[in-house]
Amino acid sequence: MAQFSLPQNSKITAGKTWDKPAAAHGELAEFKVYRWDPDTGANPRVDTYYVDRGDCGPMVLDALIWIKNKVDPTLTFRRSCREGICGSCAMNIDGGNTLACTKGIDECGSGAVKIYPLPHMPVIKDLVPDLTRFYAQHASVEPWLKTETAQPEKEWRQSREDREKLDGLYECILCACCSTACPSYWWNGDKFLGPAVLLQAYRWLIDSRDEATGERLDELEDPFRLYRCHTIMNCANTCPKGLNPAKAIAEIKKMMVERRV
Amino acid sequence: MSLKPSMRTPLSRVRGLGSAHAGTDHFWVQRLTALSNAPLIVIFVGVVIATAGQDFATARAIVSHPAIAICLLLLIVSVCVHMRLGLQIVIEDYVHGQAAKFAATIANLFFVFAVGAALGFAVLKISFGA
Repeated sequence: MAQFSLPQNSKITAGKTWDKPAAAHGELAEFKVYRWDPDTGANPRVDTYYVDRGDCGPMVLDALIWIKNKVDPTLTFRRSCREGICGSCAMNIDGGNTLACTKGIDECGSGAVKIYPLPHMPVIKDLVPDLTRFYAQHASVEPWLKTETAQPEKEWRQSREDREKLDGLYECILCACCSTACPSYWWNGDKFLGPAVLLQAYRWLIDSRDEATGERLDELEDPFRLYRCHTIMNCANTCPKGLNPAKAIAEIKKMMVERRV
Repeated sequence: MSLKPSMRTPLSRVRGLGSAHAGTDHFWVQRLTALSNAPLIVIFVGVVIATAGQDFATARAIVSHPAIAICLLLLIVSVCVHMRLGLQIVIEDYVHGQAAKFAATIANLFFVFAVGAALGFAVLKISFGA
């Protein structure tokens, strides 16, 4: 059956409350952060940290970096661009999947800011999830232009209208916020491709320059790969880039029906 | 999700047994039967209201009217097909063991045929039976 409770070794235990900064420059903000160390074999815990807002940038990522630099250098998380374009710092903040670098501390609800790794993925350490399968699923939809016609001298041409069809799709940064927010992906992530990968698949299906549309649809036409999507809409709700993967999936389903009805 | 270490590459595991090249009929027919269910259920509720409190002969006369009996038979087919497709999705979502999934799928199919046959027989017996 689908797993509705955490496995024994994932049950969260009480964690450490770290000391408040001695001389604060501003207000203190409380952060409760998921910690798991693969080297100890102990169950995960939630540690409490106090961040000096007067000494820290406005975003949740700033707070995490502040904690790592000033309080606890063992806190582990991914980050790179700090401007919402690399997707590295995707995590579950204040109950929703988003990017730590574009989520303001002030946007989080009152009380402690709770930070967990992306849900229902294997954890490598602390806030770092194992996205190996997610990337393999992306590779499986062959996300590149496929053509048989001889390569044109200059470029594959595309009308302005056809180019506009890629808007709302090309912006996806593959942060995995949507896929890991999707209950269908939680229960059947081994076979369901999930919203992010299906949005990427649609990005190539709708590309007027691509010559493999039929083959792409063939590969997606599967009760699990595509049709596990039940339009729950968590994906569109959580996307930090404001995209709508559910709509892209609905468009794929429309293409499936269109080619046979 | 399985965390068992495997020597298969992630891509091999994701590709698995390949695409079933199926599912669109399921999706399409489920929506078609949702569409047909809407008017048929309204008619069915009308029949229930019309027969409520009536004596046996009157109720039987209403149900055995050709237009009503045909609508009831269509309703049985439409609802049963819709029910099978809907339950199939629930099974695929939540039942993960292969043996349990096969058992549930077969039980779902047999149940729908049994219910459909019993309901169809009842309408036909009222319409034609002595």
